[in-house]
Amino acid sequence: MTKSNIRTKTPNYNDEIVKLFTIASVFWGLVGFCMGVFIASQMIFPWLNIGEYFTFGRLRPVHTSAVVFAFGGNVLFATSYFVVQRTCKTRLWGDGFAKFTFYGYQIFILLAASGYVLGITQGKEYAEPEWYTDLWLTIVWVVYLVIFLMTLRNREEKHIYVANWFYLGFIVTVAVLHIFNNLAIPISLSSTKSYPLWGGVQSAMIQWWYGHNAVGFFLTAGFLGIMYYFVPKQAGRPVYSYRLSIIHFWSLIFIYIWAGPHHLHYTSLPDWAQTLGMTFSIMLWMPSWGGMINGMMTLSGAWDKLRGDPILQFLIMSLAFYGMSTFEGPLMAIKEVNALSHYTDWTIGHVHSGALGWVGFVSFGALYYMVPVLWKTKIYSVKLIRMHLWIAFSGIVLYIAAMWISGIMQGLMWRSYTDHGFLEYSFVETVIEMRPFYIVRMLGGLLYVIGAVLMAYNFYMTIKGAGKDIKVENAKEATANA
Amino acid sequence: MLKHEHIEKNSILMLVLVIVVISIGGIVEIAPLFRIETTIEKVKGMRPYTPLELAGYDIYIREGCYNCHSQQIRPLRDEMERYGHYSLAAESMYDFPFQWGSKRTGPDLARVGGRYSDEWHRTHLYNPRDVVPESIMPSYSFMAKKAADLESIADHMRVQRKIGVPYTDEMIENAYKDAINQANPDSESEDLLARYGEKVNVRDFDGNSEFVSEFDALIAYLQVLGTLVDLKDYDASISSKTAAPSEVKAEEK
Repeated sequence: MTKSNIRTKTPNYNDEIVKLFTIASVFWGLVGFCMGVFIASQMIFPWLNIGEYFTFGRLRPVHTSAVVFAFGGNVLFATSYFVVQRTCKTRLWGDGFAKFTFYGYQIFILLAASGYVLGITQGKEYAEPEWYTDLWLTIVWVVYLVIFLMTLRNREEKHIYVANWFYLGFIVTVAVLHIFNNLAIPISLSSTKSYPLWGGVQSAMIQWWYGHNAVGFFLTAGFLGIMYYFVPKQAGRPVYSYRLSIIHFWSLIFIYIWAGPHHLHYTSLPDWAQTLGMTFSIMLWMPSWGGMINGMMTLSGAWDKLRGDPILQFLIMSLAFYGMSTFEGPLMAIKEVNALSHYTDWTIGHVHSGALGWVGFVSFGALYYMVPVLWKTKIYSVKLIRMHLWIAFSGIVLYIAAMWISGIMQGLMWRSYTDHGFLEYSFVETVIEMRPFYIVRMLGGLLYVIGAVLMAYNFYMTIKGAGKDIKVENAKEATANA
Repeated sequence: MLKHEHIEKNSILMLVLVIVVISIGGIVEIAPLFRIETTIEKVKGMRPYTPLELAGYDIYIREGCYNCHSQQIRPLRDEMERYGHYSLAAESMYDFPFQWGSKRTGPDLARVGGRYSDEWHRTHLYNPRDVVPESIMPSYSFMAKKAADLESIADHMRVQRKIGVPYTDEMIENAYKDAINQANPDSESEDLLARYGEKVNVRDFDGNSEFVSEFDALIAYLQVLGTLVDLKDYDASISSKTAAPSEVKAEEK
């Protein structure tokens, strides 16, 4: 049963803006994933570092920003605008402003990425854009917050739906993080270069307060908002526990903020801060799993739906990855474990099980749900969704397994001693051992890209066929998923 | 009593509560760092970068070296044997921002200063595989031909002074001259040494006396990393570090 069947009067939703963000999501996803495969290849073939502008050091921020802010950001815009209208039963506030957020956000992405290639960077992970780009993003983001709040205020429903709590928490917290971490003084108004207000140990703490919560709010709270709408919708079941939603929402946003110092274990950051960071990181396990349980258990009584529905499979698999990486995270935040894992590929593997598995899969699930609704048609091919799912899944498994092995191996090699009490390996000996795993990682990434290409093709055909009376490849299956 | 129902029906109340809830952790962890004396150790020898070194630091940032190199030695036995004394907060106090890094695709650079010759560095930066055949680091040969941007370095120092780096008027006025002189062994470097200390490296870092290249700046920066603080004089017991006894035994190479 589609939701349009049960609603008698559908408000006039602004779906044009959601369409724009949806297309941008797919486009930037492809760019970001390809960029990842390219820089992964640079670590196997150093000659791929071409000239001045295309070195690993300049392109890695292009990759991270493209996947986190360009792909993830556009998915968040698309889904939040989609969800807030439908859960508030009202049109998105401010058509012109919404359009501004779209073009403004794409300009932000282009400003940031072109800067990195040209060597314009603040030198802080995930906060590389320079002052002028940061200012621009601040304007766009404040407009986003206003649109979201005004739409909430115009709602026809008494309660604000739980997905919107997460979206609101994500939007406002990212604003706070972005502004404080990027306070800087430009050399001059005509210079692209600035120095931040904070240096040394303070800049380290503030940067990782920002950095970890970019994960916590951008990549977690925001995407939990997606989960809280699309999982119940696709499963046709209400959210498992309302009470659990409340507890896990407030505890998640309270505890996440404290976890930043686990990126700075054993560094010059004072011990008391490290200990606080470790303690709260371990506590974070519970609210994280609260979200996972609430999502997965939404299927209770409807588990059979998981069997045939690849969109639901994407969504539930994303929750499994979410549960796995939010267990691994607290584990790695324990100082003794971190002593081994820090500075190695283990961290990269951990991040990608969250990014490819959780963020990527929940996004794909939401996009597959939205595209047919937005273009008022059926998906072109359910078979292609299935292929996407399993190809991407294989890619993730290759990727994270390779990084676990290479990371733990390198960590152990660094601390290995001979019988005579000397360090057993020189640094470069550990680099040599990495190579096979870098190849596997690159292949894993390539599979993930292939999956995304199938999705893009599927959407292209769906949108192209929209409005026409096309013969859907597997009509029966498609109807079951609508 | 505030029920959750009230929050769910009031978007502004929810917004305010979210801001309150997310502020607590940040304030508790960040604010004290600016106040507590033990955050940054009292050490001898720490000084701001010379203009040429600062130009090198800017290049280090521009190229994103932090993506693969850390500058933070942890108080673990193997790490101190490989890289030297664990890093002190004081050693990065003039880095805006810090460059501690989070990944070691290449080795830690916190104490790379003085470890290798200038010639090694320029050969390595030109093509890393000429000195380390298995290296996967990019080549930075373009820097050899590129003049370091020293014209604006005084402006950079002026901003750095605003955010807390103790550059004097004299240092800023003479920034350009000092930068050129540091890369020229035949220059009148007395003033430079008087301003920044006797230990400042005055050399032709890139082996090309025609102009001051980006190699000059970057190598000048790399060669000073971890060499400023007098670690023999450093008494760990007065700092906030509480490493286990086996970890404290710093073995300098």
